[in-house]
Amino acid sequence: MAFEGLTSKLQETFKKLRGKGKLTEKDVKDAMREVKLALLEADVNYKVVKDFISSVSERVVGAEVMESLTPAQQVIKIVNDELIKLMGSTESKLRHSNTPPTVIMLVGLQGAGKTTMAAKLALHLKKHNKKPLLVAADVYRPAAIKQLQILGNQIDVPVFSLGDKVNPVDIAKAGIESAKKQERDYVIIDTAGRLHIDEELMQELKNIKEEVNPTEILLVVDAMTGQDAVNVAEHFNNNLNITGVILTKLDGDTRGGAAISVKAVTNTPIKFVGTGEKLNDFEIFYPDRMASRILGMGDILSLIEKA
Amino acid sequence: MSWFEKLKQGLTKTRNVINDKVDALLSFTKTIDEELYEELEEILITSDVGVNTTMKIIEQLRKKVKENRVDDPAKVKELLKQIIADILDNESESVIPKSIPAVYIVVGVNGVGKTTSIGKMAHYLKQKGYKVMLAAADTFRAAAIDQLEVWARRSGVDIIKHQEGADPAAVVFDAIQAAKARKVDILICDTAGRLHNKKNLMEELRKINRIIEREYQEAYKRTFLVLDATTGQNALNQAKEFMNVANVNGLILTKLDGTAKGGVVISIANELNIPVTMIGVGEGIDDLQEFNPKEFADAIL
Ligand SMILES: Nc1nc2c(ncn2[C@@H]2O[C@H](COP(=O)(O)OP(=O)(O)OP(=O)(O)O)[C@@H](O)[C@H]2O)c(=O)[nH]1
Ligand SMILES: Nc1nc2c(ncn2[C@@H]2O[C@H](COP(=O)(O)OP(=O)(O)OP(=O)(O)O)[C@@H](O)[C@H]2O)c(=O)[nH]1
Ligand SMILES: [Mg+2]
Ligand SMILES: [Mg+2]
Repeated sequence: MAFEGLTSKLQETFKKLRGKGKLTEKDVKDAMREVKLALLEADVNYKVVKDFISSVSERVVGAEVMESLTPAQQVIKIVNDELIKLMGSTESKLRHSNTPPTVIMLVGLQGAGKTTMAAKLALHLKKHNKKPLLVAADVYRPAAIKQLQILGNQIDVPVFSLGDKVNPVDIAKAGIESAKKQERDYVIIDTAGRLHIDEELMQELKNIKEEVNPTEILLVVDAMTGQDAVNVAEHFNNNLNITGVILTKLDGDTRGGAAISVKAVTNTPIKFVGTGEKLNDFEIFYPDRMASRILGMGDILSLIEKA
Repeated sequence: MSWFEKLKQGLTKTRNVINDKVDALLSFTKTIDEELYEELEEILITSDVGVNTTMKIIEQLRKKVKENRVDDPAKVKELLKQIIADILDNESESVIPKSIPAVYIVVGVNGVGKTTSIGKMAHYLKQKGYKVMLAAADTFRAAAIDQLEVWARRSGVDIIKHQEGADPAAVVFDAIQAAKARKVDILICDTAGRLHNKKNLMEELRKINRIIEREYQEAYKRTFLVLDATTGQNALNQAKEFMNVANVNGLILTKLDGTAKGGVVISIANELNIPVTMIGVGEGIDDLQEFNPKEFADAIL
């Protein structure tokens, strides 16, 4: 549906363009307005869209319209290529530490999907013959520890907890000690959801980082996030120097433009995606799939690619 | 602290940024020109109002500026606020029930703040003198029942629950019988988070609704859809799909204490006519407030 929107609008824009010459600046300007609106509708941040459009325009102006493609398809192909370039090309694998355990810390806003993702990651590692330990460092949300324990139990991964009366920094530290004793090679720390502008709680994360020196600090982002994704990502990144991003709830029908925003401001790889509430609803991130999703044009793109 | 102060406190940072932006813009601009409209458009879009509704609002603004022969750019902001407040001001209804007994059902996608909002709402309504009871009809999410129990304890109200994995409709059935027996004024049902594009899960909501229709006809019934202010344009789809299976007649907009403005509720009010009833401005028990369109428009512009 969204695809039809953008393509037919582009076709409309190019109606006057006869023959197969080069795209002129005027053609491109009109076309870029349509692309801009489509990206905004997909929740890509306004400023990110602006930058993106200006860099894409340069490539599009003067581009040869390939014989096999209409100008509309040609523009879409270039936009798609650039989106993929923007979102991908980096390894999406987990880093690991040479001196085990490898410590992975999950951070993010309230309700983003951290606790669920902690268990999904543990299951993922387990499937690769690793021995993860989950650490319950959310002492604020009602029943957060219980939630992690239930999930750990479902996948038969131990959960380290000291209850909710102990400081999260101490919990994280003790969790790692415990992992060493039990010879667990990965530690996944579930932290409480917090606002990016909550300085006190952000300090707590910095203290945990200081204390346990995680190999990965992954920002968990709800794929439905709107324009504010850039603020969130910027604050978390400035405070913690995150090493990657995880997108959750991609099983919904959101276009997921937040992926571009987050990638653009943090310049760290999007590593994994959550695609459901069940613990094996977990996938590696594919930039090309995400690009066609944001543009709202799954199958058509593969047709263009073949052309 | 009043609603407005609380919201303002939550929105201070954003508010200042935006206010500064608008004010700086208006003080620099000597005339009302295309550039001014474009900048205002940007402000609305970055608040998640969405392209369509933004265009409509700007169109209206142009018309009003013309009609009222406004030539002072500073007055434009006031006009814009008025337009937004008017859109939001559609028969908004208080969370206080029109009659008792009442039954409220709270729905929404995963993680938006349903359970927390119910905890706060129970406290709010109890303070107003109502006898409140909670039904733990999220039997799916790990520890969802324990979470609601903590909130029931905090707000000092009764809770009806089954085991994890039980049939949610059966929980609601039991809760209705208990509410009748204990002469409860307001029964609030928590439901599992579900994405609106999942057919089976949406069907389950229908089933819960049918139980309520059948077993509690005398009750004043309301369905609240909880939306996370951080959510972008997808919130519109959420609202449309939940309206299809339930008679959604109030929105609860949560997490307004962050920097997201929740502008998508303006689109929802504009396109679907669902009023915002309450807003969430934090994780504490008092952080739920009745919604006021004028103050909201004020606070985000
Ligand atoms: N549909 C869907 N739901 C998800 C996904 N990931 C998490 N959820 C659900 O989202 C809700 C919130 O997930 P949590 O893991 O509790 O989120 P959190 O970030 O730990 O939340 P806080 O600890 O409160 O900040 C739960 O209902 C999860 O089941 C996903 O990929 N798809
Ligand atoms: N900052 C802030 N956090 C909130 C607000 N409302 C809820 N939360 C937090 O958001 C997270 C999710 O809240 P829940 O009440 O569990 O959400 P839910 O919709 O019941 O989630 P599921 O049942 O898993 O779908 C928790 O960490 C809450 O503390 C709010 O107004 N502001
Ligand atoms: Mg959690
Ligand atoms: Mg809940």
